[in-house]
Amino acid sequence: MSTVLLKMEGISKGFPGVQALSNVQLELKEGEVVGLVGENGAGKSTMMKILTGIYQKDAGKVLYQGKEIQLSNTKEAQEMGISIIHQELNLAQDLTVAQNIFIGREPRKAFGMLLDEKKLNEDAQRLFDQLNINLNPKDYVADLSVAKQQMVEIAKALSFNSKVLVMDEPTAALTEAEIDALFVIMDRLKKDGVGIIYISHRMEELQKITDRITVMRDGEYIGTVSTKDTTIDEIISMMVGRQIYQSSKPEVHSSTEELVLEVKNLNRGKVLKDINFHLKKGEILGFAGLMGAGRTEVARAIFGADSIDSGEIRINGKPVKIKSPKDAVQHGIGYLSEDRKRFGLMVDMDVKSNIAIATMDSFLGAIGWMKDKKIKTVSEEMVEKLKVKTPSVHQNVRNLSGGNQQKVVIAKWLTRDCDILIFDEPTRGIDVGAKGEIYKLLNELAAEGKSIIMISSELPEVLRMSHRVMVMCEGRITGELSAENASQESIMTYATQRIG
Amino acid sequence: MKPEVNNPEIGEKRKSPFKSGALQQILAFASLIVLLLFFSIASPNFFEWSNLMNILLSTSVIGILALGTTFVIITGGIDLSVGTAMTLTSVMTGVFITFWGVPTLLGVFLGILSGGVAGLLVGSAVAKMKIPPFIATLAMMMIAKGLALVISGTKPIYFTDSPGFTDIALGTMIPGVDIPNAVLIFFLMAIVGYIILNKTAVGRYTFAIGSNEEATRLSGVNVDRWKIIIYSIAGLFTGIAGVLMAARLNSAQPALGMGYELEAIAAVVIGGTSLSGGKGTMVGTVIGALIMSVLTNGLRILSVPQEWQTVVVGFVVILAVYADILRRSKAK
Repeated sequence: MSTVLLKMEGISKGFPGVQALSNVQLELKEGEVVGLVGENGAGKSTMMKILTGIYQKDAGKVLYQGKEIQLSNTKEAQEMGISIIHQELNLAQDLTVAQNIFIGREPRKAFGMLLDEKKLNEDAQRLFDQLNINLNPKDYVADLSVAKQQMVEIAKALSFNSKVLVMDEPTAALTEAEIDALFVIMDRLKKDGVGIIYISHRMEELQKITDRITVMRDGEYIGTVSTKDTTIDEIISMMVGRQIYQSSKPEVHSSTEELVLEVKNLNRGKVLKDINFHLKKGEILGFAGLMGAGRTEVARAIFGADSIDSGEIRINGKPVKIKSPKDAVQHGIGYLSEDRKRFGLMVDMDVKSNIAIATMDSFLGAIGWMKDKKIKTVSEEMVEKLKVKTPSVHQNVRNLSGGNQQKVVIAKWLTRDCDILIFDEPTRGIDVGAKGEIYKLLNELAAEGKSIIMISSELPEVLRMSHRVMVMCEGRITGELSAENASQESIMTYATQRIG
Repeated sequence: MKPEVNNPEIGEKRKSPFKSGALQQILAFASLIVLLLFFSIASPNFFEWSNLMNILLSTSVIGILALGTTFVIITGGIDLSVGTAMTLTSVMTGVFITFWGVPTLLGVFLGILSGGVAGLLVGSAVAKMKIPPFIATLAMMMIAKGLALVISGTKPIYFTDSPGFTDIALGTMIPGVDIPNAVLIFFLMAIVGYIILNKTAVGRYTFAIGSNEEATRLSGVNVDRWKIIIYSIAGLFTGIAGVLMAARLNSAQPALGMGYELEAIAAVVIGGTSLSGGKGTMVGTVIGALIMSVLTNGLRILSVPQEWQTVVVGFVVILAVYADILRRSKAK
C-alpha cells in the first residue's frame, strides 16, 4: 500500500505571458486515489499534461516507480503505464467500442495486411470481463449513453496496463447510479494497485472516493491533506484562499402569488408527458431529476427550440403560441443552455457582440445601420453590473473563464430585458469561487422580480437556491416540493419514481 | 488574482480597423507588394498605367463575385453557383435589353435583380429545405448553366443596338481620369460590402451564424431568414458582375462563367477568410483578388504559358491557407 508510485517535484511551467505552474508537487502511492482540486485556471490540467507528455516542463522532476522519466508524448506515457481520461470524451462516434479501444494498435492478420476483427472483439471482451464492465465490443459508440462511453474511455485507458490513471472530471455527465458504478470499478483498480489521480469540482465525490487531496491555486501548490481528517469547507478555503458566498437559502422569499408562466398538459413524443407547472414572479423554481429525466427538454419546448405535440403555455395569464426561439424571446423568455459554447455563445466574437445579439433590433438605425457606440455603452454597463472580468468589451469570449462566459450569456438576456430566465445547469464547469457569484446573481435577479427556472443536477445547488422544486423522472413531473420540505432524500425519491 | 485572460493580445488585435484576421491581411498585402515589385523588376512593361489598368479591369468581375462569396463563406457556407449564375444574369440582361427592347438602365437593373433571385432561391434551399450549401449551390450551378444556354439558344446575345452599354464597364465616370468604370464599380462594391459586413445587422448576423449558428438561433434570431438575405445579397453582387461581364464583352456569352466560382473562392481564401466560417474581411478579399490577377498578368508578361499560370495560382492558394494555419497554431 505504501510504495510511492509517482512523485512530481518542483514542477514549473511558463507560457508566454503566464507562469502556469511554479514549484508544484504531487505524490501518488500504489492503490491510492488522490484528488487534485483547484479553481479553473489553478494549473491542474497543465500539471496533468506534463505528466502525460503533452507539455514539457521547464523545471522539476517526475519520478515514476523510483526512476526519473522524461516523456515527450502521450504514446510514450501510455506505454509506460500512465494514462489519462480527458473531460471531453475522445471517441470516434461511428466506430464500435472495440475499434475505439484498440485504435492505432489493431490486431492484424494475413501478414499485417488485413485487420483481425475477430481478435479485436475477443480482446475487448476479455478486457471487459477483467474489469467487470458490461459493454458489448460490437456496439457503435454513437448508440451508447454518455456513461457507457465513459466506461469505454476507462477500459481504453486500462487496456494499456496502466499503473497510473488520471481522471479529469469523469462524473460531469453521469447520474448518481452511474457514479456509484464508476466508484466500484475504481475500488477494484485500487485493490489491483493502480494509482488514480482524480480531478473533480464535486466535493461530495472527493470525500467519498479519495484517500488524499492535493490543492492547487494560481499555479502553486497549496497543500495535501488526508481526506479522513478534513472537511469540505477546509478544502474550499484552501482552494479559493478566501471566504465564498455561503447563504444557504435566499434570505427573502420575494416571490409573489402572481403567475408569470403556466404550462399545461405539455407533451412531446416520448420525452415529455403531461407536463404541468407554473412559475411565480420573483421565484426561483428548481428542476431536479436524473440525467435524461426530461428537464432540458421541458426548457427547450417552452423556449420553442423543439416543437411540441400538444399543450398550452400561458404568459402573464394569456395563452401564447411559441413556435421558435424568436417567439419565445419576444415573449420575454431567455434560455441559458448547459452547453454554453455550443448553444449560448459565439466564442470567436467579442463580448459586446455576444451581449447584443438577442437585441439587435434596438441597436439599429435607418436601413439596418448598427449603432456601434450604443452597443458598446450598453454592454459596458452590463459588464459592470454583472462584474464580468474582461479587459474590455472588445475581448473575444473564448478568452474568458467559464464563470465569466456564463455572465456574458446572462448579460445577453438582461439586455433583452427578459422576465423569465431558464438556467440549465448554471454552474456546470464553473469553479467554486465563481459559482458563489452566480448564485448571488440569481438571487439578486429574483429579488428584482425576474422569474427563474433553474435546472440542476447538483442537489446541494437545487436545495440552496430553489424557492420550490419540481422533480422529474422519465419525461414526467413526479413531485413538487416546497423549499422547507425539500431534501436530498425527498428529491431522490421522486427522481427515481418510475411510473408505468 | 488568477489570470482571467489567456491571450490578452487578441483583445488588442480586435481593435484594428480590419477586425479579426488582421495579420493574415497584412501578410496578404505584403505578398501583393512583393509580387508587384518582383514583376516590375522582371519586366519593364509591367508597371505601366495601361497594364495596371488591365490588371484592375480583369480583377473587377472576379473581384465582385468574390465580394459576394465572402458573405456566404463567413456564414460557414460555400457558393459554387456564382460563376454560372453570373452568366445567367448576363444572358437575362441581353434578353431584357436586346430581345425585349427594355431601356438600358432598366434592363441593367432587372439583370442585377435576376442575380438576386438566383441567390434567393439558393438561400431558400439552404435555409428552409436544409440542403447543405455545397449541394444546393452545385445544383444551382448546373441549373444556371443550363438555363443560360436554353434562354440564349446557345448563341451569344449582342448589345450592338444599345449604344453606350459597353460604357458601363469600359467608359469612365470621372472625366479626365483614365480609369474604367468596371474598376470603379469594383472598388465601390468593396466599400458597400465592407459597410454591410461591418456596420449593419446583416453583417453582424453573418459573423454570428458562422461562429455558432445554433447559439444565434437560440438568441431569438431568425437564422433562416437572415441566411436567405445573405445569399440574396451575394446574388445581387453576382448580378452586378454579370452585367459588367456583358458590358465588357458587349455581349452575353452563354458558354462562359464555369470555373469563375472557384477563382472567386480562391480569392476569398487567399484574403484570409476562413472556410469554416465566422472569420473574414472584405479588404482581404480585395487583396486576394488582386493577388490572383497580378500573378496571372505578370506571368503572362513573362511569357509563362497559361497552363503553368494555373499551376502557380494553385500553389499560391495552398501557401496562403498554410500561412493562415501556421499563424493560428502559433496563436494557441
